[in-house]
Amino acid sequence: MLKRVKHWGPGVLLLAPTMILVGIFVYWLIIENFRVSLTNQHTAKPSNKYVGFENYSNLLADPNFQHSLWNLLILTIVFLGGTLIFGFLWAWILEQPAKGEGFFRSVYLFPMSISFIASGVVWRWLLSSLQTTQPGGERTTGLNRLLDSVGLGALQNDWWSDPTWGIAAIAVPAIWQLSGYVMALFLAGFRGIPDELREAARIDGCTEWKLYRHVIFPQLSPVMLSAVIIIGHMSLKLFDLIRAIVPDANTYDVQVPATLMWVKYIGSDYADAAAIGTILLVLVALVVIPYLMYTSRAEKR
Amino acid sequence: MTTATANNKNRARSAQDMKSDSKRNTKRRINRTLKYALLLFFVIVVLLPAYVLIITSFKGTADADPSRAWYLPRTWELDGWVKAWTTLAPSLGRTVLLVVPSALISAFLGSINGYVLSKWKFPGSNIVFTLILFGMFIPYQAVMIPLTQLVSDLGVPQGIPSLMLLHIVYGLPICTLIFRNYYASVPDELVEAARMDGAGILRTYGSVILPVSMPGFVVVLIWQFTSAWNDYLFAAFFSSGRNGPVTIALSFLAGGQLTDYAASMAGALIASVPTLIVYILLGKYFVGGLMSGSVKG
Repeated sequence: MLKRVKHWGPGVLLLAPTMILVGIFVYWLIIENFRVSLTNQHTAKPSNKYVGFENYSNLLADPNFQHSLWNLLILTIVFLGGTLIFGFLWAWILEQPAKGEGFFRSVYLFPMSISFIASGVVWRWLLSSLQTTQPGGERTTGLNRLLDSVGLGALQNDWWSDPTWGIAAIAVPAIWQLSGYVMALFLAGFRGIPDELREAARIDGCTEWKLYRHVIFPQLSPVMLSAVIIIGHMSLKLFDLIRAIVPDANTYDVQVPATLMWVKYIGSDYADAAAIGTILLVLVALVVIPYLMYTSRAEKR
Repeated sequence: MTTATANNKNRARSAQDMKSDSKRNTKRRINRTLKYALLLFFVIVVLLPAYVLIITSFKGTADADPSRAWYLPRTWELDGWVKAWTTLAPSLGRTVLLVVPSALISAFLGSINGYVLSKWKFPGSNIVFTLILFGMFIPYQAVMIPLTQLVSDLGVPQGIPSLMLLHIVYGLPICTLIFRNYYASVPDELVEAARMDGAGILRTYGSVILPVSMPGFVVVLIWQFTSAWNDYLFAAFFSSGRNGPVTIALSFLAGGQLTDYAASMAGALIASVPTLIVYILLGKYFVGGLMSGSVKG
């Protein structure tokens, strides 16, 4: 027994600071946050009255919050779809060695290195909703102006200033920023496929399409899963980009739970803010926990 | 006679070959042209926002006309840059003071953790690892309300000190993950040999692990530097324009209804320079960090 402790003890001791910090700052705070969400702490004045799940049922019945969930769904679908399509397309084109491959890769990946706040500055301008056909249209800038001047004026639109689909416009800069990341993931996936496998399939008389369908795609599915998890959970948390593009924090059009939580916090409605935080956590956990279990099992094998 | 027919056959075959070869070559050339056309098209699309940032940042009142929004400036003015620089300069200094120490500290702790979790495993260490890893995925909104309380209870001042604490703590999971995966490629025998020689856990770390850790540190430091530099969420909750990092200062410069676009775009460029430089110089490792952040190996 003593020998065992001597064997493991030092490792546990070295890991202890991190275990304590993560224990407090992640797990204890999650519980504490949940506790706050069950109280009536709706103003800055401390108040600890237990109200059960009242805040949750009120939130879920609130059209504002329902709308933020709808927005989150649209955002996630468009964001995921866009990054997967462009990421895969770029990786697929760049997969065969080509001249200048490194240059293209770097260009596609560069938006990833800058903050949503910085890119939000330019996207706010690009996505200005004024159109040349509207009153005051001579003041049109951004993408609408570009579309008009290249003869695609009919494609001008309100971008994010639309209560139903406006959130999809917010996904555009997000796709711009993260498609390169998904490309890098897919490129790594392509590199991981042994050449012999392709050769063998070709010798067996596989057509290119069949080769992709039966050999390449199945080999890429773990990478695809990683991409979905990473982009999906970024989308659930997306906050900075919306704040940077939309100056008014309380804009109904593009409200998502993460921004609504900020609005509640600013308004000192801590119980509601905490409840929204917990709902977000549940959404993320539904996606991430199966993934963590899957990867740790895959590792054991 | 036999050789003659063979020769003829050969000639016939090679003529056919040449024909199909040239056909294949044309096809290949078309494919290649198409490929590069596509690649260039996407380069233009991806760089479009960068073009807008640069041209707009140099525009003065002479270029206020929206019909010229996509053209190069008539006169290249520096007013926007001057205004952006004077507004952002103090926050840039604070951001450096915040980002460098927090990246170094969390990288060092992550290295120790990764070492223990890959080379000094103990019963339950895999569960501990998964529990730590989960901290990487949580939406920070789910801890934010009690976190603001905890940080103020601990007496950590708003602004850089509290942000440093948060970047270190919440950076631990990813740093641990990257180092654990990195050390998995270090042969166990090296550690075993040192242990046999009677070296303890720290001596082994110092003599065997640390000397081969450089690439791991580069990846982790770049990752931490970039994510702390670009953070806005924690900054919004734990600092103000007076004591916050550059993302906060930029959001004040660019926010509001009436925006000075020249200044805010110049500001966006200034705020992005450090991470862009890191990306250009160390892009290879940057990608390495992205990979280890996702694919477990």
